[in-house]
Amino acid sequence: MPALLLDDDAVLQRPMVLPVARGPVSAEVLALLRGGRGHDLQPLVEAALAAVADVLRDDDLQLALFCLYEVHYGGFAGVPDDLEWSPVLSAARLRIERDVEAVLRAAVRLPPRPEPTAAAVAEALFAITSAESGPSLARHLARSATLEQLREFLVQRSVYTLKEADPHSWAIPRLSGRAKAALVEIQSDEYGGGRPGRIHSAIFAGTMRSLGLDDAAGAYVDLVPAVVLTSLNTMSLFGLNRRLRGAVVGHLAAFEMTSAVPNRFYGNAFRRLGFGEETTWYFDEHVEADAVHEQIAARDLAGGLVAAEPELLDDVLFGAAVSLLVDGWPGEHMLQRWAAGESSLRAPLPEEAARG
Amino acid sequence: MVDRVPPVLIVACPDGPLLVRGEVEVRTPDGRALPQRRRTVALCRCGKSTIKPYCDGTHKIIGFRTEPETPED
Repeated sequence: MPALLLDDDAVLQRPMVLPVARGPVSAEVLALLRGGRGHDLQPLVEAALAAVADVLRDDDLQLALFCLYEVHYGGFAGVPDDLEWSPVLSAARLRIERDVEAVLRAAVRLPPRPEPTAAAVAEALFAITSAESGPSLARHLARSATLEQLREFLVQRSVYTLKEADPHSWAIPRLSGRAKAALVEIQSDEYGGGRPGRIHSAIFAGTMRSLGLDDAAGAYVDLVPAVVLTSLNTMSLFGLNRRLRGAVVGHLAAFEMTSAVPNRFYGNAFRRLGFGEETTWYFDEHVEADAVHEQIAARDLAGGLVAAEPELLDDVLFGAAVSLLVDGWPGEHMLQRWAAGESSLRAPLPEEAARG
Repeated sequence: MVDRVPPVLIVACPDGPLLVRGEVEVRTPDGRALPQRRRTVALCRCGKSTIKPYCDGTHKIIGFRTEPETPED
């Protein structure tokens, strides 16, 4: 265990700076957050949804959703807290969510339905998560990634990981019994087991700092492609809607079950380039933690939920399938761009830009 | 009905690790405590973990299988 003691101040996260608009819908959402009236938001949302080719890969709509969710998380600097429950913003969020959910349901294929017992559900989840093609991003990083690519990887990951575990925590009061105890057991570990310096998002912030990156919440939102926002937005969609509690549970189970092995490769990637424990702690921690979490998540959380509420079985499988699909897109994006000799970011990192 | 909760509980996960919940210390043969970083730990039983005695998920890659463990009634 690295002898890194972080004081409370080092792990505080502050509201993020508003991002830059990527189209008419996100521009209007941002105008509203800055104090505008937003009369035009609903028609703009309708027009954008009618015209969009793929809502899951659309920069404007995914950034708009990201902002509509962020008011429920850490929020934005200078934006009044009571906008969290603005009827105009909520209506826009629900309208975009409706189409996002419909496209997700059409995009995934559910595995054969297991018996609604904890053991059968766990077995089914282990089967679909091990059928994954393999951690190709992790292998690339471990074998041959450049320093620039590792920094881009951290930037892409930071949008979710600086609020790691938060989207799934919305589910806690919506569960009971075995499933609730399991979720709290996992989340308590994610949040450091009572020690602020061990909150996983705080450990990740340390990894970012060790590579000279800005660990402020939202610092790099403008640099990441739509699919990175989609990955987080999907978790927020599942977490913030009680009717989707089966999906958020299935999502967390699949997320944990596909995490331990890639994290070993990520740690090796940074070790290969000479980085020490202050960089690799986050990944090494997840090798051990997620090997524990995946057992709890499959058997007690997902299995326990289905045993208690068998009608949620399909949504548990849906949430798992969505994680396997959507959470793989940022990695595919990075590999494609790097194979083409390009950056995976929408604009260069500030210091790279300054260097010209 | 009050369910008796043992101070330490070990769950034998099919095809996977032993999940240990409760106050327990893992030591080397000469009595030194091994690092324990979380309240619930998973102990490797496939033999291939890179962080033994803890599990790192390798059992899934090597297709480790356990015989069904029959509960006593």
